[in-house]
Amino acid sequence: MASFKGAIVVNTERCKGCGVCAANCPVGVISLAKEVNGKGYNYAYMAEPDKCIGCASCGMVCPDGVITVYKVKL
Amino acid sequence: MTIEDIIKPENLVYQKSKLLTEKPFHYCPGCGHGTTHRIIAEVLEELGVDEETIGVAPVGCSVMAYDYFDVDFQEAAHGRAPALATGLKRVWPNKVIFTYQGDGDLAAIGTAETIHACNRGENITMIFVNNGIYGMTGGQMAPTTLEGMKTATTPYGRKATLPAGAGFDGIPCNGYPLRITELIAQLPGTKFVTRQAVYNPACVRKAKAAIKKAFENQINGKSGVNFVEIVSNCNSNWKMEPVAANKWLVENMLPFYPLGDIKVDGKLVEK
Amino acid sequence: MGELKLMKGNEALAEAAIRYGCDAYYGYPITPQSEVIEYLMEQNPYERTGMVVLQAESEIAAINMVYAAGASGKRVMTSSSSPGVSLKQEGIAYIAGAEVPCVYSDVVRGGPGLGTIQPSQADYFQACKGGGNGDYKNIVLAPASVQEMADFVALGFELAFKYRMACCILSDGAIGQMMEKVVLPEQKPRMTEEEIKANYPWATTGRKRGTQHRVITSLDLDSVKMEAHNRHLQEKYRMVEENEVRFEEIDCEDAEYVFVAYGSSARIAQKSVQLARTEGLKVGLLRPITLFPFPTKAIQNLIDRGTKGFLAVELSCGQMIEDVKLAVNGRVKAEHFGRVGGIIHTPEEVLEAMKKQIIGE
Repeated sequence: MASFKGAIVVNTERCKGCGVCAANCPVGVISLAKEVNGKGYNYAYMAEPDKCIGCASCGMVCPDGVITVYKVKL
Repeated sequence: MTIEDIIKPENLVYQKSKLLTEKPFHYCPGCGHGTTHRIIAEVLEELGVDEETIGVAPVGCSVMAYDYFDVDFQEAAHGRAPALATGLKRVWPNKVIFTYQGDGDLAAIGTAETIHACNRGENITMIFVNNGIYGMTGGQMAPTTLEGMKTATTPYGRKATLPAGAGFDGIPCNGYPLRITELIAQLPGTKFVTRQAVYNPACVRKAKAAIKKAFENQINGKSGVNFVEIVSNCNSNWKMEPVAANKWLVENMLPFYPLGDIKVDGKLVEK
Repeated sequence: MGELKLMKGNEALAEAAIRYGCDAYYGYPITPQSEVIEYLMEQNPYERTGMVVLQAESEIAAINMVYAAGASGKRVMTSSSSPGVSLKQEGIAYIAGAEVPCVYSDVVRGGPGLGTIQPSQADYFQACKGGGNGDYKNIVLAPASVQEMADFVALGFELAFKYRMACCILSDGAIGQMMEKVVLPEQKPRMTEEEIKANYPWATTGRKRGTQHRVITSLDLDSVKMEAHNRHLQEKYRMVEENEVRFEEIDCEDAEYVFVAYGSSARIAQKSVQLARTEGLKVGLLRPITLFPFPTKAIQNLIDRGTKGFLAVELSCGQMIEDVKLAVNGRVKAEHFGRVGGIIHTPEEVLEAMKKQIIGE
């Protein structure tokens, strides 16, 4: 079975830190940062990038469209 | 393989639709409006109809939806979006016309416009975001507010009739939550009526497919309203964290507003 | 040369709309103007010119349909009568704020409330001073004949599109219901999509890829922008006042006393002028054709030429008189005379009022 490796880019300045992406990540890649962005939100980031499979679930549920998803087949 | 090796244009699998402008949504963190906007934009982009699309924005939280979609837009008076869509579609039968409305707009002040646009069978697409509360004005009762739900105008919970005590039991109070979607599905003028949600990836995919069908029906058809309800959240006025609000939605909204197609190709779906 | 016909005012308006190349009529029946939609439905304009005629579920829905079609560059109109126009005020305020061109006919009946179905001119304030919420004006044309009911459709659309604002054709039950001969204009073609796009770049017709998308809205939460928008609207209304005043003077060359009257009151006052002249009284009639913009300068010119008093004759308790008094500005006498409740004044009582209230002993 083919396996995939993914990565996400979060537009941290536009992220509102709602956490919906983290709650819906099937492999627990995303966490909310301890740091805040310019609007004071704890933005989402890849806390465990090695686990990312590029499924785009996070992008799909992000209410602000701040997540861009990349994926390669290994 | 490093992250830099993965983040390359050729490996792109998901990004925000080009039919959304650069303007950040003013919606609260976690609000389903943003997700719904995103998938509408994706559908319009995939269908390639952006040059023929005219959207109609409501009054409510999504009043400035026109700032976010890179297509022509008109801003309607409260509840009148279906009238605007009718006025447009009748003189531009080949354009793609859609309304975007909340529960107060579509199911309270605009009930007449909603029912009559649906009953005339206007060849339009209507997107209805139902979060059971008035968001913009600060969390007052909506026609779709669940019984028992606390809002700014039902601080002790919505009561259809007054409860026992003080001798007033049974007298009408706040009325019942309105399933407007089931109601308009009964009208011969509706073609496709469905209820969807956007709280997790699976339902976002289904909602997007439904919205796509609602636009394709319009493009390929001559008459019949294509109506998509999105059961959504209102974290701020439900006074919950976004993730908790989505859980509350699943546990409380969905039993009363069950997801799925209600009418397909003009025929009510057998349950 | 157009076609000569005997028609009701409401029918003439409807026929003129078809012939002007109007794209759509969205309306709701109400006495005394239901002939407009009935005539249009009977004429099958969708087959004649492609014009859409739709009976909406309410006046509110109808005016909002007008808003949308007008905002997409289409020539669209509606018609109603007083209580119905009150319902339309929501949409008319949005139309003013969003600068949407459209024409609406208001065949006024008595009020307040459900009032009466008889003729009245008691909605002058509503038509000329805004009517809905906010600082705005509509262009108001006041036909005094069936011919003008027809002619003002074309004029109304020209002004509406020139200034991107609503143009009201303000008549009353008498003008709407009376039958007169009318010369109808030649049929004009409806505008094509290409013409609309070329002429009205602001219109929401679907944005071209790579160009800025267009938004028709009356909302802006930025106070600085909203103040600028309001200033822009006022500047536009000043332009309308500067350029679009229309009026008719009858026997005013030597007039010492002048009736100011529009619509059906002007027809009656014209007879009163004739009666006055047979008695040797130098009386004339100033008939405003545009109520906004009001012929203020025409009144001032009459005073400069020697007019010593004005009587505003209206089927109301005194509305246009306020604009007459503002124009007169205390220089000479200006009074109001009017019957209400559906009663139409007679030429004799109008002349009597002039003698009693203005000319004196």
